[in-house]
Amino acid sequence: MKQPMIDVASARAGAPTMATAFLSIRGVSRSFPAQHGGAPTVALQATDLTVAENDFITILGPSGCGKSTLLRIVAGLDHQTSGTVLLEDRAISGPGADRGMVFQSYTLFPWLTVRDNVCFGLRERGMPRAQQLEIADAYLAKVGLRGFEHHFPKQLSGGMQQRTAIARALANDPRMLLMDEPFGALDHQTRELMQELLLGIWEAERKTVLFVTHDIDEAVFMGSRVVVMSARPGRIKLDRKVPLGHPRHYSVKTSPEFAALKAELTEQVRVEVRAAQETAAAAH
Amino acid sequence: MTGEATTTMDAAPARAARSSGPPSASSASQPAHGVPATGPAVAAPEGDAPADAPRRAWLRPLVPIAAGPRLALGIAFFVVFVAFWSVATFGGFVGKTFLADPLTMLKSGWVLLTQMGFATDIGMTVWRVLGGFVVAALVALPLGIAMGTYKPIEAFFEPFVSFARYLPASAFIPLLILWAGIGEAQKLAVIFIGSFFQLVLMIAVAVGNTRRDLVEAAYTLGVGDSGLIRRVMLPGAAPEIAEILRMVLGWAWTYVIVAELIGASSGIGHMITDSQALLATDQIIFGIIVIGLIGLISDFAFKWFNRRLFPWAQLGR
Repeated sequence: MKQPMIDVASARAGAPTMATAFLSIRGVSRSFPAQHGGAPTVALQATDLTVAENDFITILGPSGCGKSTLLRIVAGLDHQTSGTVLLEDRAISGPGADRGMVFQSYTLFPWLTVRDNVCFGLRERGMPRAQQLEIADAYLAKVGLRGFEHHFPKQLSGGMQQRTAIARALANDPRMLLMDEPFGALDHQTRELMQELLLGIWEAERKTVLFVTHDIDEAVFMGSRVVVMSARPGRIKLDRKVPLGHPRHYSVKTSPEFAALKAELTEQVRVEVRAAQETAAAAH
Repeated sequence: MTGEATTTMDAAPARAARSSGPPSASSASQPAHGVPATGPAVAAPEGDAPADAPRRAWLRPLVPIAAGPRLALGIAFFVVFVAFWSVATFGGFVGKTFLADPLTMLKSGWVLLTQMGFATDIGMTVWRVLGGFVVAALVALPLGIAMGTYKPIEAFFEPFVSFARYLPASAFIPLLILWAGIGEAQKLAVIFIGSFFQLVLMIAVAVGNTRRDLVEAAYTLGVGDSGLIRRVMLPGAAPEIAEILRMVLGWAWTYVIVAELIGASSGIGHMITDSQALLATDQIIFGIIVIGLIGLISDFAFKWFNRRLFPWAQLGR
């Protein structure tokens, strides 16, 4: 905790982007209370991150680095030990419909059909049923699930369940979308198709997205900005704009720009994974 | 889904029979198809797996059974059971005083039903079980849900309920007779004590086991606390709660008979006590069988109802 902040974010603190910040994370840290007389665990060091509206930010880091913790704090599902999170200048104090989330685990409600899952948030707002269905069917069509409206989640493959989860989050029209390794449980081929699908939807709708992943290819391909986090206790050690335009075709994965950024990030993440392993070994 | 499983299981014995049959028979059947080119090609993927499977494929760990054989096996044991009973009684191995034979049992059952008003006894017993159980469920449901949802409420009630559930309901009968007399209230109270505490604890656990990731997903979709209970926790726990009700109703049946053995003037349990005085084992056995049948029927009805009510819970089982 006493370690000086040398990350990019603090250098950006006075940057003009701060004034127009959509989401502003300031000095947010998270530590868990000590157990059995040990030292408290610091999951996340004081972190600053500023997100502009309509940006797609991917957060990359080794497992256990606190990237999911950061995302859950933004979602309001976890509470920071210090610091503030402002969404459009209002402090976040708990979960809400303005921040939709897609989880790594399959979180569709098993007792609801695909369509009713997508309607879940709309119904909570008291929207008339006809309007709910119109919105739900439009998003189900966007994620390629037309014809599956009346299926139950257990009748769908993992990829289809995650597509429904994306439709459910988007149908609620949140101000921003938080994604916690949403494709982490899918096989490689499905994952690549899902990336293209999500990117296509983002290019059309330009929602602000915070996307956590440990897959470097995914981080570069999806993001307009990639943030790399250090090993636990996590902090932001690198912040790079992705030099690739939109619309992005999957063939950019073979372009020199893609390869160059991927090489740099690979090097950075590798150092952190090593560090994490050494810390774990030292603890034993 | 079940249809799919049934067809694959139907195929398995057929395959086993084919592989265990004489080789000449299987080779002779192929030219009979008249299409030698497709014959082996179709047979090949089928033949792969069972080729090295052991011959006793009908008895392997955890391998499911088809609907037909399941029913047949289930009935078969009843047949075996009655056969043993018949041999023991008709064969004279057991004295009439101790065990009536099946035919005498059926005849006295008929007499009981047609001439001695046993139907009224059955009706009384059913009403007592249902009455006591419904009252217990009506109180246990809100309390169990509140305990499963709010941890302080659980902390307040749980230790006492855990203790109370080990108090044997039948041991309360003398006290209940003292407090409520030998009327219906006493019988209902026995059923209530026997099922209420079990219901509360099990319902609280079912509700408390709501998947946390679903709770979080619901919060990010904008539900508040009451919406969470109404739209996530209750529908998620509903199939398990229905299953708990079915199970505890079965237990309530054992309590009602005990309640009727003491200080009752009607009911199946009362008939059994009366028959005991007359050494009428045929009537006792008939009474026991009637209880079993009613239990079986209510169980089936409950299961059928649960399947209709929660089709999603049957998926992926």
